Amino acid sequence: MEDLFTETFLTALVAGGVLAAMPLLFAGLGEMVSEQAGVLNVGLEGMMLAGAYGAFVIAIETGSTWLGLAAGMAIGALVSLVMVLLCVRMKLDQIVIGIGIVLVAEGITSLLFDAKYAASRPRLPAAPEWAVPGFSEIPVLGESIFTQHPIVYIGVGLVIAVHYLLRRTSAGLSLRAAGEKPAALDAAGVNVDRTRTWATIGAGLGAGLGGAYLSVIAAGTFTPFMTQGQGFIAIVIAMLARGTAPWTIVGALLFGMSLSVATALQLVGIQISTDYVQMLPFIAVIVVLVLFARRSYLPSALALPYHRGER
Amino acid sequence: MRAHAGRAGEAIVAVLIPALLALIATGLLLVILGRDPIQFYSDMLERGLLEWPGFQESVIRMSPLLLIAAGLIIAFRAGLWNLGADGQFLLGAAFAAGLAPSFVGALGSTLTLVVVMAIATVVGALWTVVPAVLRAWYGVNEIITTLMMSFIGIAVANVLVKGPFRTDVGGVARTDTLPLDDRLPLLGDTQINAGIIIAVVAIVAVHLVMTRTSVGFRLRMLGENPRAADHAGLHTKRVIVLTFMASGGLIALGGAVEILGIWGSFRADFNPAFGLIVIPLVFLARLNAIASGFLVAAFAVIQIGGESAARKSDVSSDILLALVGLILLFMAVTEWVRARRSARPLYLSPGLAETIGASPAATDESRPAQPSVGTG
Repeated sequence: MEDLFTETFLTALVAGGVLAAMPLLFAGLGEMVSEQAGVLNVGLEGMMLAGAYGAFVIAIETGSTWLGLAAGMAIGALVSLVMVLLCVRMKLDQIVIGIGIVLVAEGITSLLFDAKYAASRPRLPAAPEWAVPGFSEIPVLGESIFTQHPIVYIGVGLVIAVHYLLRRTSAGLSLRAAGEKPAALDAAGVNVDRTRTWATIGAGLGAGLGGAYLSVIAAGTFTPFMTQGQGFIAIVIAMLARGTAPWTIVGALLFGMSLSVATALQLVGIQISTDYVQMLPFIAVIVVLVLFARRSYLPSALALPYHRGER
Repeated sequence: MRAHAGRAGEAIVAVLIPALLALIATGLLLVILGRDPIQFYSDMLERGLLEWPGFQESVIRMSPLLLIAAGLIIAFRAGLWNLGADGQFLLGAAFAAGLAPSFVGALGSTLTLVVVMAIATVVGALWTVVPAVLRAWYGVNEIITTLMMSFIGIAVANVLVKGPFRTDVGGVARTDTLPLDDRLPLLGDTQINAGIIIAVVAIVAVHLVMTRTSVGFRLRMLGENPRAADHAGLHTKRVIVLTFMASGGLIALGGAVEILGIWGSFRADFNPAFGLIVIPLVFLARLNAIASGFLVAAFAVIQIGGESAARKSDVSSDILLALVGLILLFMAVTEWVRARRSARPLYLSPGLAETIGASPAATDESRPAQPSVGTG
């Protein structure tokens, strides 16, 4: 057991945790924005998968990681337009449409991958990491946190930006009003549908980037169903963050670390089934909910379509 | 009578048009990939429905799906989002596979089947207690808790199969195998096991309970208008917990039937992920149990026939997910067009929609405001 806190173990744990946390962070952040505006995006998993596939294809064809990431975001946003059209504009049920989007995205990405790449199974070269000068010399943290792909630092910047947007700008105020009391927002002369549209596209961008990170940077390839329920975990993270963006970092790291702890333990020779470890964050959250059960912690108009003039 | 016939006709149109649109869209996808969609669909129909072995397989596939549908309908009718079907299903399957082989020596075949199915049902029911209590007493949103319990349930099922339930035989981690003779009996000369009878009885029973009994009426009242149900003296908390338990129990029974009827053993990481597929099916049937039965049958044919057709056309069988997802999206749009034309309410009961924004404020939204006479 004394091996447990060696540098190798801690470095692997933190580095792996950060690596696994990024897709959850991007997708969770996007989902949080749309939930704040009253759109529960159950299709997140599908948007991540679509982003992962799109990013993979572009990165393979162009050889550029950055173009791949951009393509992932674009595809995620494109898929979210389906949600915009059906749920925000046509006011159809968000959960049914969300599941539909997940199924279609799972089916089409798997089908296209199978038809185009299954035989060759191309891999992308490892994306270059960027060591923060100075900080990367710190033991453990230097190698794990300060030597990562630049997108990791961009992610942290995004969280701060989203937090500022939600809390300090009038656009953020409108966004939250669209989730809490859309009628009031409407009365104040702001278009509820338009506000929700932007928020939903934001979720698509985040999910697409998360998926792109997963295929282009973390895995270096695409495999069908590679998100493995991470879109749903991101929904949980977003719900737990309750509109406070920095909490998405905490949530994403909690789930990310638990995904990486099994690998890290194997490095120091301790074999433990991943099943135990992967349960931990969920159990932790359930325990927290049981102990500190709160009445209402979601925007009150979440998942409710806004019909103008209806009380 | 005529009104009934008209509504049934309308309902069929509401299913057929989106199904046709989805078939066309998926067909285009096949054309893009250079495959022949007509060939694909005729293979699908032939091998899923018209040929005897495929037909039997489709019927066998229906059993777990019907039980999941029955469980989901109970919860959704009461306005409760049980999104944890996969965890409940796998726990039922794991317990059935883990216990049945060791019980068979002492109890004999029939009693083992009954006891094991009962245990699986109880396990599934208990697995929903945490989300149910959190929802009933503290108003904690059940979408998030059932989802999390589902992830935990999947992991627990695997822990059991790799640990206490693991067979001594080497190789892949799995449970002992229940001998063929001790599994659910086959119907006559067919390969179809008695699971389908259990499933059909369950779905018909759910239909009757929902439409013909006071229990069903109370559940629907809770789903349609939680506040009114409370005012009418319904013990809403107790009803929520019992509903969740019935829902989880039926779904776990589905897992047990899948194991006891077909596989006889649970291999580690077994997860057919039926939950996500059945949820849209029961919604499209407007939470009507009998109509869900027909949609489940259609889906079983699509899945069994489609797997075979996909192999023959050399495409990934995941194309079926796209097909089902597209049916779902087109169905929602068709519903929208119909609703606009007839100004009829959407198929989702208001209670379900309200649950998502479970806070009191959301309920206030839908309540007519008091006229403010004499206060200004």
